Amino acid sequence: MDSIFGISGRDFVLLAADTSQARSIVVLKTDEDKIMKLDDHKLFAMAGENGDRTAFCEYIQKNLHLYYYRNDLKLSTRAAANYTRKELAEALRSDPYNVNLLLAGYDEEEGASLYFIDYLSSMSKVPFGAHGYAGFFLSGLLDRYWQKDMDREQVLALADRCINELRTRLLVAGNNFTIKIVDKDGIQVVKAASS
Amino acid sequence: RKMRKAKRKTRRNMMTIWIRMMSMLILDLLDRRIELKVSRYRLARALHLPSKSSKMARRYDARTTTFSPEGRLYQVEYAMEAISHAGTCVGLLGADGVVLAAEKKVTSKLLEPLAQSEKMYRIDDHIGCAVAGITSDANILVNYARETAQRYTFSYQEPEPVEQLVRTICDLKQGYTQFGGQRPFGVSMLYAGWDKHFGFQLYQSDPSGNYGGWKATSIGAGNASAASMLKSDYKPELTVAECLQFAVKILAKTIDSSALNHERLEFATLTKKGDGRLVWHMLSPQEIDDLIKRTPLEPKEDENK
Repeated sequence: MDSIFGISGRDFVLLAADTSQARSIVVLKTDEDKIMKLDDHKLFAMAGENGDRTAFCEYIQKNLHLYYYRNDLKLSTRAAANYTRKELAEALRSDPYNVNLLLAGYDEEEGASLYFIDYLSSMSKVPFGAHGYAGFFLSGLLDRYWQKDMDREQVLALADRCINELRTRLLVAGNNFTIKIVDKDGIQVVKAASS
Repeated sequence: RKMRKAKRKTRRNMMTIWIRMMSMLILDLLDRRIELKVSRYRLARALHLPSKSSKMARRYDARTTTFSPEGRLYQVEYAMEAISHAGTCVGLLGADGVVLAAEKKVTSKLLEPLAQSEKMYRIDDHIGCAVAGITSDANILVNYARETAQRYTFSYQEPEPVEQLVRTICDLKQGYTQFGGQRPFGVSMLYAGWDKHFGFQLYQSDPSGNYGGWKATSIGAGNASAASMLKSDYKPELTVAECLQFAVKILAKTIDSSALNHERLEFATLTKKGDGRLVWHMLSPQEIDDLIKRTPLEPKEDENK
């Protein structure tokens, strides 16, 4: 079961995802990168069934690129999140995608924002969030320790706390996590999937 | 002898009738031929074609989707010809908004004015347009534009950038020049809009599906005289209020002054209020009459005479 979570700080958002890919009792790989770059200032953390996860997110990514090439304009984070939600909603009643997402982005007008989108295509702009089993363990933790406008060190410390919690208490948590941050300068990989 | 005389008479009468009939027929044919020749010639002149190829024009203009040997699409040009008989529309990009002005081609005193305008339409909260050409065609395009704008907002939850909307409508118009065998839309449109990327914008599209962004432009019957006035007197620093007066002056050139009132003219402005809200305002009849009164108009030469 994928664990993903996101924490927003002052003018940046951090996304973290576990890197194990498993089927039943077999671990297929331990360096799967579940945080996809949508464009220079947007990140998608994806959780769910592997086929749907990659197919849906690549579909969104390519459509965003098409929009960019057609119109020479970048979509705002809010517009991209709503577009994603609409695609999920349209497929929901015929051929649903089993994907949970966290979309993090930075744009000039809104600053940094984090959107929680779930497989039933419900969507919320949130200061922090987690999907899957991780949510059970981390919601309380983040409620307790998250504050508005934290700086980078504080958010990284909080993320480490979350990861340790999952390693300690979650049975199916992966050992390794990938961490990426998006801010006005773009995307930085704090911890790569393959390390 | 009497019988022979009678026979000769009937034969002469029959001959006269026959000759008369034949001559009528021949003259008819000739007339038609001459008519054709004259109209063909006129058309060729109007389209700046060499009159030699005016005969060829006939062969290539019936189907919308065929090129002529000179590389033209005649149906598209004929559509633009239709628009050149429609009421003038003028668009002006001001420093703080966009102004659209139109002259209604009122055909009869007996016409009851419609509840909705025939020249200006609102496409979305942030885009409006003025049309020139076949009104029924314009209705279809405006409806399509409205749907396009809402479809975008449904997907992205924000207003569609103006150029994208214009491009979508123009892609529709282009289709009618390339396939399907249906005639093109006989409508040119002026779009006034605002978006967060480029602020206030003015676009013009025509039946070919081409569009351009403009600081000031005009379409319809008086567009040649309007264009010359715009070229000489337009300045980008003009405010919306000044643009409105400028538009009155331009339209005054194409209509006679007795008809310069709210029954013949329509004005619309797209501006931003202090709180950032966009306002599409169609001037009321009273406001139009006040505007005309306020505008210093040069008396026309023939009036002085």
